[in-house]
Amino acid sequence: MPASSLKSAYWTGFRHAAPFLLVVVPFALLFGVVGTEAGLNLTQVMGFSVLVIAGAAQFTAVQLMAENAPTLIVLVTALAVNLRMAMYSASLTPYLGAAPLWKRALIAYFLVDQTYAIGHARFEARPEMTLPERLAYIFGAITPICPMWYVMTLVGALAGQGIPPEYALDFAVPITFLALVAPALRTLAHVAAAGVSVTLALVLAGVPYSGGVLIAGLAAMIVGAQVELWMERRT
Amino acid sequence: MTQSNAEIWFIIVAMGIGTFLVRFSFLGMIGERKMPPWVLRHLRYTPVAVLPALVAPMVVWPQATGGSFDLPRVLAAAATLGIGYWTKNVLAAIGAGAGTLYAMLYLLG
Repeated sequence: MPASSLKSAYWTGFRHAAPFLLVVVPFALLFGVVGTEAGLNLTQVMGFSVLVIAGAAQFTAVQLMAENAPTLIVLVTALAVNLRMAMYSASLTPYLGAAPLWKRALIAYFLVDQTYAIGHARFEARPEMTLPERLAYIFGAITPICPMWYVMTLVGALAGQGIPPEYALDFAVPITFLALVAPALRTLAHVAAAGVSVTLALVLAGVPYSGGVLIAGLAAMIVGAQVELWMERRT
Repeated sequence: MTQSNAEIWFIIVAMGIGTFLVRFSFLGMIGERKMPPWVLRHLRYTPVAVLPALVAPMVVWPQATGGSFDLPRVLAAAATLGIGYWTKNVLAAIGAGAGTLYAMLYLLG
């Protein structure tokens, strides 16, 4: 394995992840602000961002804690928000499963929406990538994203101020995720899966514990697989 | 917030461990073992099945507008999707989405 191909895979991952700072920076700042305002001290706010490193679940937990919800409810709800990551873990396993356990553990710790989506898109588009190249690529993608989550949480907690709403950075999440999804809509099966996903997510928006996302995701995966089978039979 | 320091740390550490176990689950347990083709066929659709479900409510009921329909945000989402599909280029799609959002917020806002 020439070192140059690993270096280039690492920096490609880094470059592909960099635009997602648009999401990470404002959300980490906001978590620092919201956590502090809810009554957490600086170490507790940082404890969340370093030990949990999952934005949506962190916001959910802090909101419930501020409402003095029972500890068990806080934990169950926040972990339910993160259950989709089991699907991420499963879908990266065919690409990264052969890596040493400690590397898989490290990737698991850093497996956020952005690093997952960037990694999966690349591995699927380039099946010829070797395992060391895949690892270099995903660690490259982790490098700008995850440390920035810690740093900007700290800045938010210390400064007590996020980015003003006029900048409309709330919409960075939909834009960056859609930008990743759109090129992945390669076949009718992918389009059908995405269509089912959107429809069910909207219909099931009222389901508690983020259940709507899980149900929509699973149903969409089944539809994608079935449409793929149907297309194969037709040809 | 009325929880004690110990309760707060219990929540943080338990969430940290739980979240890690969710993320590690398949990567850790399955590892190198081959998964059956029908499982792999489903897993191929994970990104297009999960990410749209996360995003759809944010587009239709944006938090920034208190959940009411917002034309600039819907047009920005459409532009991102359209340009991303057409060019297969993530950066071009983000640029189109951000450009549309700011232009529409300026024109309509």
